[in-house]
Amino acid sequence: MSIHDLSLKQMAQALRSKQFSSHELTEHYLRRIEKLDPKLNSFVTVTADRALAQADAADALIRKGKIGPLTGIPIVQKDIFCTEGVRTACGSRMLESFVSPYDAHVVSRLHTDSGAVMLGKSNMDEFAMGSSNETSWYGPVKNPWDLQRVPGGSSGGSAAAVAAGLAPAATGTDTGGSIRQPAAITNLTGVKPTYGRVSRYGMIAFASSLDQGGVLARSAEDAAIVLQAMSGFDPRDSTSVDREVEDYSGQLNRSIKGMRIGLPREYFSDGLGDAVRESVMNAADELVRQGAELVDVSLPNAPLSVPTYYVVAPAEASSNLARYDGVRYGHRAQGARTLDELYTRSRGEGFGPEVQRRIMVGTYVLSHGYYDAYYLKAQKVRKLIYEDFRKAFQKCDLLLGPTTTEPAFKLGAKTDDPVSMYLNDIYTIAANLAGLPALSLPCGFVDVSADPDDTSKGRAMSAGESLGEGALPVGMQLIGKFFDEARLFGVAHQYQQVMKWHERMPRGFE
Amino acid sequence: MPAAGHGRELFVEKLRWKLEMSLDIDQVRQVARLARLEVRDEDIGHYASQLNQIMDMVDQLSAAETGDALPMAHPLSMVQRLRPDRVTEENQREKFQANSPVVEQGLFQVPKVIE
Repeated sequence: MSIHDLSLKQMAQALRSKQFSSHELTEHYLRRIEKLDPKLNSFVTVTADRALAQADAADALIRKGKIGPLTGIPIVQKDIFCTEGVRTACGSRMLESFVSPYDAHVVSRLHTDSGAVMLGKSNMDEFAMGSSNETSWYGPVKNPWDLQRVPGGSSGGSAAAVAAGLAPAATGTDTGGSIRQPAAITNLTGVKPTYGRVSRYGMIAFASSLDQGGVLARSAEDAAIVLQAMSGFDPRDSTSVDREVEDYSGQLNRSIKGMRIGLPREYFSDGLGDAVRESVMNAADELVRQGAELVDVSLPNAPLSVPTYYVVAPAEASSNLARYDGVRYGHRAQGARTLDELYTRSRGEGFGPEVQRRIMVGTYVLSHGYYDAYYLKAQKVRKLIYEDFRKAFQKCDLLLGPTTTEPAFKLGAKTDDPVSMYLNDIYTIAANLAGLPALSLPCGFVDVSADPDDTSKGRAMSAGESLGEGALPVGMQLIGKFFDEARLFGVAHQYQQVMKWHERMPRGFE
Repeated sequence: MPAAGHGRELFVEKLRWKLEMSLDIDQVRQVARLARLEVRDEDIGHYASQLNQIMDMVDQLSAAETGDALPMAHPLSMVQRLRPDRVTEENQREKFQANSPVVEQGLFQVPKVIE
């Protein structure tokens, strides 16, 4: 067993008992990044010197007996979180030379307050707009399970880095599935908490009523530890909720006996790959064996979540991204003769095609004469989607479904077809629209070797099978009631006590 | 100015959009203008086609029975928090302006606005 196979709890224990120092632990990961990341492109910035300095500071604290669950533990920050003195580029050419003058709340919570070590900043889709990490100005990220495939997005760099053992855990953000979808297709546990649970201060805005920070990690237990440290009230974010954070780690061992798990009919209808369906149903059977009860529920408006999202999110994005003007910070076009030319050219050069598409969609749906037909209508459907969840939760304690329709697709397969790219998030978007917490965890592997180009023909693998070429991970999603993160972690942890999919590592990265 | 051949192609393409698409080329140009995005002529057609695909997908909403549903702007039914009206942040002008492409004497520089 190598250092990078340890859980966060085991790492903290080893640091406490001086089996290794944080300096040694950090060097171990920096070496792996140097050696293995050229295959993946999961880091846009490696902050080696800062990491070792933070590790030394952590070691000093540990010597004094001052050790918390994250003291001296290395993590990677998605490059959407502002980090003082370190470039924060958000996957965009627009911010290629932006060095943040302050730390995001999440960054100060994890590093300043909890003593975690920052290994660097992870690659991502430009301004978090994408589901494959292919919209990044800094190049696509590869999926460690198959280097010809995407790691998902927009937190694709965070997902690839953790899945390949280049960092024990990573932060992510999720506006429509950007934590859960990459987690599902790289064999990780990813959690998007309730809207308002994690401060958005210093988290570069995409769609402010949907954006929420969260974690990608190797297990529910690890994710619970990191989310615990990130969560809590922050007066600098007007939507931060002033409410006590539950003890996530303390509730992991709660039995799931008698828990009512709702299976939304619409999440298992046409469009879901057979092998993914089989994997999720096998997982549901395991939860039943542990004493849970399955309940049939319906979210009749769930199929409208993608069109609703593609009005609401671009509308908010077009407004949020109006701040990039080439004047105060960010990319500035050369040789503009008028102020207007400076704006249009700086934005035309600084934003990539996907960001420009979404700004244009947002501008269109908010424009005079279309506002009622699109934006107001979408807000009404959003309410219906929210009401569907409210009714479903009268019959059950949490919901279970697939995270994605298929395992990872190949690089380039969907780059020129935005709508088919958007449909990646068909099962994840509704939780953002409603503001509910949701978690994706590994639930099996699909063997696609029979037809690598058509993953829908893949075969669900059994737990004992060895993972040959063409074995790709898939995930299942738990959606909870408002602020019920502890329950999601608990169910995921209980499942992971029996089913060990999450311990599998991709070949070449062991 | 586009070459004559290119201009004709653009005209034909424009006509085609007007007939088939919910968003024609002129509208896409107008939207790009409103959003302060410089889009090259050769890219307009491609954007138009993709925006139409997206809007076709979005049009599913028109069939939804929303009845008297109240528009939902936000997941949390919360009241805007207020804070005391006190100065809490120190002036960090130089630090913040360090990210600006062109600053002179503490001022952001832009092309001349008034002749």
